[in-house]
Amino acid sequence: MNVLVGLGGSDESIKTLRQTIDRTQDVGDDLTIAVLEKPESKRSQDEMYEEANALLSEAGVDADLVRLEGDPGSALVDHAEQGEFDQLVIGGGTLSPMGKIQLGPITEFVLLNAPTTVKLVR
Amino acid sequence: MGRARLYPDEPSGPFPSPPSTIEDREGRDIEIQAPGELTTDLDAVVEMYDRFDPTDRAQGIPPTGEDRIRNWLETIAEESVNVIAHHKPNDDDIDVDSGADSGGDVIAHAMLVPDADDPAAIENNSDIEWELAIFVLQDYQQAGIGTHLLKHLLGHASDVGIERVWLTVERWNNPAIALYERVGFEASGTESFEQEMSIRLE
Ligand SMILES: CC(C)(COP(=O)(O)OP(=O)(O)OC[C@H]1O[C@@H](n2cnc3c(N)ncnc32)[C@H](O)[C@@H]1OP(=O)(O)O)[C@@H](O)C(=O)NCCC(=O)NCCS
Repeated sequence: MNVLVGLGGSDESIKTLRQTIDRTQDVGDDLTIAVLEKPESKRSQDEMYEEANALLSEAGVDADLVRLEGDPGSALVDHAEQGEFDQLVIGGGTLSPMGKIQLGPITEFVLLNAPTTVKLVR
Repeated sequence: MGRARLYPDEPSGPFPSPPSTIEDREGRDIEIQAPGELTTDLDAVVEMYDRFDPTDRAQGIPPTGEDRIRNWLETIAEESVNVIAHHKPNDDDIDVDSGADSGGDVIAHAMLVPDADDPAAIENNSDIEWELAIFVLQDYQQAGIGTHLLKHLLGHASDVGIERVWLTVERWNNPAIALYERVGFEASGTESFEQEMSIRLE
């Protein structure tokens, strides 16, 4: 399967990437990693790019690593539309102090607009 | 944690403080209390959530199954601020299953949980923001209990020095949004599947 994973710069993104890499190793998917431009997140786009690169080499997984500029949701969906992807993977939301699942506006945009199957990683 | 939330400039209140006994629209006596710590009433609250209809869950809470419910409440119990509503049996109701005076079953619960990395280190409750949630058992909904309970939670919060309260609610949860707006919550922050709302207390 041809998988595209979209990452912001949160801890949730790291978790999403780790799980997706594990899955890629298990089943031999083709993986593309898109690092999104999300200025308000914990890691900058460059930091996230470097961290993704490090996780990939650590796992010995070969994947395409790209940076997408502009609005994160629409840039990701655009990229998914242009490639031959079977699945789009994103983080499955954060937990509030109370334990409520919170899906942000990017998740909502991707769910409502993506042409492919979308997987939310928890 | 995260980005700054917006709060209304104008404070809301005053709100009533617990304890109170109110009569709901069905004529039931409902007692509203603020336990010193949730841990004292934990079993009764776990039982209430165990009876909660899962179709009314909101954003993954309450969890289902007694163990998961207990786990969830234990995680947040210590630092949270709570109000609990009991249905007090009337004199003409025969309370068969409890010999001792149980004060009736817990039928609603509302709480505030601090948004802090280290809740134990909180010095002033006004320094931090508090997340709110409220649940009323299905058989007791739409009888005015949610409104009373919410007001008493905010009254109690104000008594313990809390100033900023926020929540998120599923955008289509009209009963809850109507309830929050009525006491003074205003929409804040971005809208997605959840609407964020906030209130400033006196
Ligand atoms: C939201 C909730 C706490 C409201 O409690 P409640 O005791 O039913 O609230 P009240 O009886 O005080 O009603 C408040 C108002 O909400 C509205 N309302 C309540 N239930 C409604 C329903 N099922 N459909 C439409 N409107 C409704 C009414 O406008 C009502 O106003 P009224 O008093 O003029 O009739 C309760 O429905 C609940 O526990 N829901 C499930 C959990 C949840 O969604 N919690 C909120 C997110 S944490």
